[in-house]
Amino acid sequence: MKLTLRVWRQKNADADGAMSTYEVDGISPDMSFLEMLDTLNEELTLEGEDPVAFDHDCREGICGACSLVINGDAHGPERTTTCQLHMRSFKDGDTIDVEPWRAAAFPVVKDLVVDRTAFDRIIQAGGYVSVPTGSAPEAHATPVPKPDADLAFEHAECIGCGACVAACPNGAAMLFTSAKINHLNVLPQGAPERETRVLDMVAQMDDEGFGGCTLAGECATACPKGIPLSSITGMNKEWLRATAKGAGR
Amino acid sequence: MARTVWDSTVGKKTVMAVSGLIMLLYLVAHMLGNLKIYFGALEFNEYAHWLRTMGEPLLHYEWALWVVRVVLVVAVVAHAVSAYQLSRRDIKARPSKYVHKKARASYATRTMRWGGIILALFIVWHILDLTTGHVHSGGFEEGKPYQNVVDTFSTWYGNVIYIVAVLAVGLHIRHGFWSAAQTLGVGSRTRDRALKGLANVLALLLTIGFLAVPVGVMTGVVS
Ligand code: HEM
Ligand code: SF4
Ligand code: FES
Repeated sequence: MKLTLRVWRQKNADADGAMSTYEVDGISPDMSFLEMLDTLNEELTLEGEDPVAFDHDCREGICGACSLVINGDAHGPERTTTCQLHMRSFKDGDTIDVEPWRAAAFPVVKDLVVDRTAFDRIIQAGGYVSVPTGSAPEAHATPVPKPDADLAFEHAECIGCGACVAACPNGAAMLFTSAKINHLNVLPQGAPERETRVLDMVAQMDDEGFGGCTLAGECATACPKGIPLSSITGMNKEWLRATAKGAGR
Repeated sequence: MARTVWDSTVGKKTVMAVSGLIMLLYLVAHMLGNLKIYFGALEFNEYAHWLRTMGEPLLHYEWALWVVRVVLVVAVVAHAVSAYQLSRRDIKARPSKYVHKKARASYATRTMRWGGIILALFIVWHILDLTTGHVHSGGFEEGKPYQNVVDTFSTWYGNVIYIVAVLAVGLHIRHGFWSAAQTLGVGSRTRDRALKGLANVLALLLTIGFLAVPVGVMTGVVS
């Protein structure tokens, strides 16, 4: 396959960026999108140019590092992560636009790499359970009803990639935050911090400069792990419950 | 981390949902009341007069009406201010646009914002037209709402302004009612279709009900 790439190039956080056009040839449909970018970078390096910086780590769809907006879609045209997107989703001769996540809370560091530490701070605010240390507890001591376990697992699938923020017209982190809250709030292990978790994580989310939810639904469409929009409804419910209990004071 | 409802994006959205639902409740009553225009001038004007004597003799003349007015003003202001502040925040949270554009992303959001602005302007015009009479087209007479309504819908601009606003209300409710259910945490996957259906039915009934009045005047059924 022969492709034309238009890639966002930006030297550093303070520099102005712009789209640059590159041609790549000899792309196999079986390559992943990141391998295609590796090919481009090898050529750029040989030509003595600065390779395109992009985030990646596991390349197997579980770490959430590979944050690229491809032709206007976070993670590209398939519902998967960029590393699991294959070039067979494109046609020979296509022009492909590659841009970084765009949100005030995710500033561009270089080219396609953005700073997503805002997510880490949201997790630090309440995305944990307190467990007593010592020997492992008896597994059957804390029964979890099957529907609750399923709900927790569904939300635990969130890999923190940030595609929801990238896709949201308001740069909101509601889907990510709600996935983390719902995951822990439904479980008995998460019960001690049930109220403070939702209040503190939502407060941190606001402090980071993410937008609010207008229920456009773009986040759930973009999410590679299928976190549903109703997750945000669940978070709102938890927030209202905690606020009514006066847990924030 | 103590903070108020108003300091939180989720809390402010709750204010928007509750105030929106209060206005929606009012609109349903207002629409049904308006339809009395089809029973003639006497009955419509009597109905309008009753709105002022509502609650008597326990309450004084117009007290109940003023309670409704105050609640509505509070709701409109709370709704508009929270909408404005949240929208500002949302726009700031996405400062640079994608080079590769997708139109669909913000359709509902844009409709709500522009619709809201249209509604805010309409509310002002509507009150100056039919409550105070300042911008009324005919010889406005207090206590004669039937004739005032006929006068308004006998002008082309009266019809245009009103119809645009009613369509804006319909679209606003269509997304807004379902949104409010999500904001208040009562939506769920199993209820989603029912809520969307209810939103559509409400929006359609309000639109048709409100449009029935100018259509009545334009066709001469109400004159
Ligand atoms: C003063 C004029 C108005 C303005 C500026 C306004 C603006 C807005 C905006 C910007 C939204 C948020 C949309 C979104 O989240 O995407 C909204 C939501 C809503 N509006 Fe209005 N609106 C106005 C009048 C009304 C009226 C007259 C009603 C009642 C019939 C209403 C009912 C609602 C409801 C129920 C919601 C949903 C709240 C939620 O998303 O939780 N609005 N409005
Ligand atoms: S909710 Fe989905 S899109 Fe958002 S961070 Fe988690 S996995 Fe990524
Ligand atoms: S590189 Fe880990 S999810 Fe894509």
